[in-house]
Amino acid sequence: MNFKKLNIENKKIRDFIPQALTVLALLSVIFYFATNAQINMGNRGISFGFGFLSQEASFDIAFSLIEFDGSYSYGRAFLVGLLNTILVSIIGIFLATILGVIVGVARLSNNYLIAKTAEWYVEIFRNIPLILQIFFWYFAALRALPSPENAINFYDISYLTIKGWYIPKFVWTNFDIFFYSLILAFISIYFLNRYAKKLREEFGKILPTFTLSLGILISIPLLSFLLLGVSLSFNYPELKQLSETSYTYENGVSIIPELIALALALSMYTATFIAENVRAGVMGVGKGQKEAAASIGLNKSQILKLVVMPQALRIIIPPTTNQYLNLTKNSSLAAAIAYPDMVLVFAKTALMQTGRAIEIISITMLTYLSLSISISILMNWYNKKMAIKEK
Amino acid sequence: MILNNFKPTKDKINTFLPLGSIFVIFAFLDVLTNTFLNYNITGFLPQTLNYFSPLLIGYIGLYLIRIEYSGIIFLDKLNKNINSSNLNAFLTLLILFIIIKAISPLMNWLILEANFTGSSKDDCTDNGACWVFIKVWFNRLMYGLYPDVEQWRVNSAFLLLFALVGIAFFVPQKIKKYFIIFLLFIYPFIGIKLLSGGSFGLVYVETAAWGGLSLTFIISAFAILFCFPIGVFLALGRRSSLPAIRYISIGFIELWRGVPLITVLFMAAVMFPMFLPDGTFIDKLIRVLIAITLFEAAYMAEVVRGGLQALPKGQYEAAKSLGMGYWRMNVLIILPQALKLVIPGIANTLLALVKDTPLIFVVGLMELAGMIGLAKTNPKWLGMAMEGYVFAGLVFWVICYAMSRYSQNLEKKLSTER
Repeated sequence: MNFKKLNIENKKIRDFIPQALTVLALLSVIFYFATNAQINMGNRGISFGFGFLSQEASFDIAFSLIEFDGSYSYGRAFLVGLLNTILVSIIGIFLATILGVIVGVARLSNNYLIAKTAEWYVEIFRNIPLILQIFFWYFAALRALPSPENAINFYDISYLTIKGWYIPKFVWTNFDIFFYSLILAFISIYFLNRYAKKLREEFGKILPTFTLSLGILISIPLLSFLLLGVSLSFNYPELKQLSETSYTYENGVSIIPELIALALALSMYTATFIAENVRAGVMGVGKGQKEAAASIGLNKSQILKLVVMPQALRIIIPPTTNQYLNLTKNSSLAAAIAYPDMVLVFAKTALMQTGRAIEIISITMLTYLSLSISISILMNWYNKKMAIKEK
Repeated sequence: MILNNFKPTKDKINTFLPLGSIFVIFAFLDVLTNTFLNYNITGFLPQTLNYFSPLLIGYIGLYLIRIEYSGIIFLDKLNKNINSSNLNAFLTLLILFIIIKAISPLMNWLILEANFTGSSKDDCTDNGACWVFIKVWFNRLMYGLYPDVEQWRVNSAFLLLFALVGIAFFVPQKIKKYFIIFLLFIYPFIGIKLLSGGSFGLVYVETAAWGGLSLTFIISAFAILFCFPIGVFLALGRRSSLPAIRYISIGFIELWRGVPLITVLFMAAVMFPMFLPDGTFIDKLIRVLIAITLFEAAYMAEVVRGGLQALPKGQYEAAKSLGMGYWRMNVLIILPQALKLVIPGIANTLLALVKDTPLIFVVGLMELAGMIGLAKTNPKWLGMAMEGYVFAGLVFWVICYAMSRYSQNLEKKLSTER
């Protein structure tokens, strides 16, 4: 009795001591750093605080989605950088997904040449550091493009030059109505699919959902054009002479080479990982599944849609989201080629001007961290929802 | 019915096979003469048709020779692998023609019209690549700004390392562990002393002068050495039953995994000095090394955790029933099995580490990619970006590809049937 009691207390103490020591060590390190930081900042005459965010930034940003010049605040500069990061991430994710799925499917092709080509694509682009690929596209490949007066001309609509890619500008009237019609289309597609699923599961009736969805997606926005006064016209880029030897394009939208290089490198690099995920996912669906589906009389596209894809997606989506997250984090390499993303605008330029290392680096890191954590929470929720419910 | 006459079948093999072969050969001949001899056989056709003529002709040819069960082994293999359907035939031709079209300018630029001899940019008179650039800057690309006369020290440090690793493979099992202990705990100090100097009659070389490919190796080697044990501890901590330790480990791992390496390096470069007592100075290379090590350790921890989770519970229970404590159980029973399970993951993490090293340019240290950035902005060597980055890409590719291949072999060798 006595012995047992002693043993339990013993275990409690044994558990308590290492935890207490770890916490104590951690706290003392934090305390040590904090005091040092306070002394150092005191010596430099700055005090910890985020008031600088509302000060005038007085620097310019080469490329921004919202209005910005030197008279705006540091907070606004942070927002510009964040939006640029999000922009390049979305473009990169979009391209990487398309390329990754194509390469992943190509690797499974029964055509030897296609499978081998896809394999070598993966082996080559996965094993070269991303930063080198960005440098290659930016400093070597895109620098070989012609100057504006000899631009590569795509049917007089868009021009590819060393200064960037000029595309037509979209001029909308009543854009908000068009936007609402798009949302309406998506909502109706969602309900259509739910209804189709119900019909299929309860009555065994199959609706051509894909064709119907496509029809809705085209017809509702089209109606807004015809009936609600939405219209769209284009401002085509035009060559303009600035001086005797210097030309530029006007009226269009210019996509800067930094953005092109970054988006290309990010998507080509990430596509290799997505391709591997897709391959693993499709291979992960057992042959028996397909045979069983075929034996109950499903046709080829039904097998793919109802049996293979749902199971393959369950394997593909979690690691692919991880890759999307990696792509977003890797977009910070923008700082190397002066694409004004969050790191360059905020953690480099703004830091240099204000000298507030601790605040700025923490804000930058926290932004990335909250992005990662929110995506991983979303992912856990998705995994729980999609997990095979075993009986 | 008429179409049936054009369907290639075995009984008509004598007409279809020669006819199809002629079409295919003609298509390839067209592309080959077009690319290499600059002569267009199908030049008489209208331009749009002319452009796609080899594709069209080859496509017809491949259709004609698609004879099922022809009995000719070569033909059957060909049909099965690259010519099994119309779509496959089209893609096959497309890929082959693109390769043929691309290989000629590529070879010209890389080798045939490239410049290999000379000592300045003016010697590059041909159209191809100017490999003279790499030749002239080779020492800088390998050793950074390390003084020329002292470069033997870098060489001997690496030679010593390779020799030790090589010997460690062949010595008998009994001495092996002493070798490994020497390699892990004593060699790093010898290596650092050799590189930085300052005593034993060696001239002091500051770390800012270190650079080039050797810096990539130095950083990778140190980070690998330290991130592995830290990662294992973090993984064990995350699976610990003690809540304080578990939550601290989770927080630490997720903090590093949630941010890009570039911000971590910025932190090490500009924020970390603020946390030190006034006047203390830690060398920039060491700060960067610590940052990279902690960053990769977090990823390593997640990989190791995967292995720990994959082990059946019986292993833990069996170890405990033998009366083993926590540490003995983990070191003797759990970790050897768990680590073996996750060799591919470990290799991937190390690969990512090597691929991440060029990022140190953001804090002003220059390894291979950084040195090329420096060299291509030299006024005498402007416009050499392509050569530089192709070379760097090739070097990194060889290293990373070799590593991934080695890990695949290791995985096969160590895999035990379960």
